[in-house]
Amino acid sequence: MRWRPSGRQLIAGIPILWLLVLFLIPFLIVFRISFAEVRLAIPPYTPLISWQHGVPSLELHGAAYAFLFTDPLYVSSYLYSLKVAAFSTLCCLLIGYPMAYAIARSGAAARAVLLMLIVLPFWTSFLLRVYAWIGLLKNNGVINNVLLYLGVIHHPLALLQTDFAVYVGIVYSYLPFMILPLYANLEKHDVTLLEAAADLGARPWRAFLAITLPQSFPGIIAGSLLVFIPAVGEYVIPTLLGRTDQIMIGRVLSDEFFENRDWPVASAVAILILLLLVIPIMLFQRLEQRELEAAR
Amino acid sequence: MNDSSQHSTPGAPAGADASSAYVRLSHLSKKFGDFVAVDDVSLDIRRGEIFCLLGGSGSGKTTLLRMLAGFERPSSGRIYIDGADMSAIPPYERPVNMMFQSYALFPHMTVAKNVAFGLEQEHLGRDAIRRQVGEILDIVQMGTYGARRPHQLSGGQRQRVALARALVKRPKLLLLDEPLAALDKKLREHTQFELLSIQQRLGVTFIVVTHDQEEAMTLGQRLGVMNHGRIAQVGTPADIYESPATRFVADFIGSVNMFEGQVSEEGADFVRISCSELGCQVRAERSVSCAGGATVWTAIRPEKIRISRQMPAGERGADNAARGTVREIAYMGDMSIYLVQLDSGKMMRVTLPNIRRGGERPLAREERVWLSWHGSSPVVLTE
Repeated sequence: MRWRPSGRQLIAGIPILWLLVLFLIPFLIVFRISFAEVRLAIPPYTPLISWQHGVPSLELHGAAYAFLFTDPLYVSSYLYSLKVAAFSTLCCLLIGYPMAYAIARSGAAARAVLLMLIVLPFWTSFLLRVYAWIGLLKNNGVINNVLLYLGVIHHPLALLQTDFAVYVGIVYSYLPFMILPLYANLEKHDVTLLEAAADLGARPWRAFLAITLPQSFPGIIAGSLLVFIPAVGEYVIPTLLGRTDQIMIGRVLSDEFFENRDWPVASAVAILILLLLVIPIMLFQRLEQRELEAAR
Repeated sequence: MNDSSQHSTPGAPAGADASSAYVRLSHLSKKFGDFVAVDDVSLDIRRGEIFCLLGGSGSGKTTLLRMLAGFERPSSGRIYIDGADMSAIPPYERPVNMMFQSYALFPHMTVAKNVAFGLEQEHLGRDAIRRQVGEILDIVQMGTYGARRPHQLSGGQRQRVALARALVKRPKLLLLDEPLAALDKKLREHTQFELLSIQQRLGVTFIVVTHDQEEAMTLGQRLGVMNHGRIAQVGTPADIYESPATRFVADFIGSVNMFEGQVSEEGADFVRISCSELGCQVRAERSVSCAGGATVWTAIRPEKIRISRQMPAGERGADNAARGTVREIAYMGDMSIYLVQLDSGKMMRVTLPNIRRGGERPLAREERVWLSWHGSSPVVLTE
């Protein structure tokens, strides 16, 4: 008998095939390259299986990984990336939560406009918006010129190529990804729960901490992951706005690949970023699952 | 809590001290834009009583309750609880607790944490909180459910937890918004009587909002019937059922047969009303002050009408007896409803208890009958 896929299998099969071809197979290729060694050839790495006197032998080298842990550049770039991503995520949360809360509590008409405004920046190219920040932050940029004109400062502030500029760039770019899942969560909250808390003697701030905040936990986690994960591997923003003496891991990866042509080390960097991200994501998602079950 | 409890009388029979108005509403109004939700309501509620606010949707009863809880600010007028003006006091400082229609249990907290929440706001010690939570959960018979989450409970259990949470702070005044609406019929009756016993045990003043007249009649010692933001009538359930003040109240509470008529004769202790729809004169043993010839309405409850094949004897002449034809009979188990069409074409509703088991049907459809009633039964209404 011939196997004919049912509609359900067909619909589930398309994304599975997509992930298989465009994610899992490339991942396995990268994984395999990370265990090779550099050589001057096309492709520029040793093959997985080499034939010596007609006998196949598996060639696995841990040199790329060992190298990452011996050269302090890599470790410090990893840590720097984690620090930048974590602090940016925190800033996004602190700025985004009140905004999401305000949108969720506003009237239906205002809500549509406010949500539109949150999404509006996406209509312009991401690269263009980051370039615009150069124009704002540079020594003879808009911010410095205004401050000089007003007499607040007498010498231009060095804003560009600092950590501050990277934070501004990342928070600015990723804020919508924090606000939207938070809004989706807060919008569903039952206002009578806050009335019940007030009725039982809780002042508004206490009611927020005891009722709204714990119930918005899934939204906080979703928003934080959406900011944190891309921020760790962020390449464009730190390259355009950031320091030159301390680079982020995304830049390291690109340099290894394009400048050094060391594919095995570039692959090992990529694999380690993935591990670094997958573990906290899995922990978060387990927590989120538990919260979701409790909130039902 | 800023209520003064020095002259409280816990457990005192409700309405024992008629002079003590525990809650006083004075010319209270609430407007939402152009819409007047509550219109100049003045009302006294006594210490320890169960007062039911009864009305349809949009009658303003829920707005009134929300003003008592502090969720809505009155547009004008004042609210006094135990003599203190509450108008500017926020909900978290009022000596009032509320049981919400949706119960509003905190989904992320256990039953025990839900009930403890109010006590935690008073910064009580952990042991004191645990003891009081245990006590109140025992009272509502939920003592073994402390570790559950709300979503693991049935509707009736949630209702008990909501009641425990509202009572744990020992409020002097408890507001209940449609407390039984979410329960099925059997559970509702059971819970009604339980609410009454808990109320008597704890000596709390209850203000209950409901659209269900049965609920209001069994729960309430006094009822306030609301219509279009105003209080149409205040009284005991029997007052309101037997002596409704307006056509709205008569029609809203129970079912009623209503006829328009003119006053034809006024005696010392009776009025005679001529009713073309009835085809007879109504003689009501009650004096209403209205001029002869004025238009009035006569309301007769379905269970106060006798139904017979022969012309009833004993009534004076053609007073209080009308002819008609049985059109419909609805058997309800405990009673039967007869729809009788009068000769004028008007339908009249009569209910008779089914006293005898399996007895022969006293009447058949399309049978010609006489309807009659005692002179004390009709209520004469002028508005």
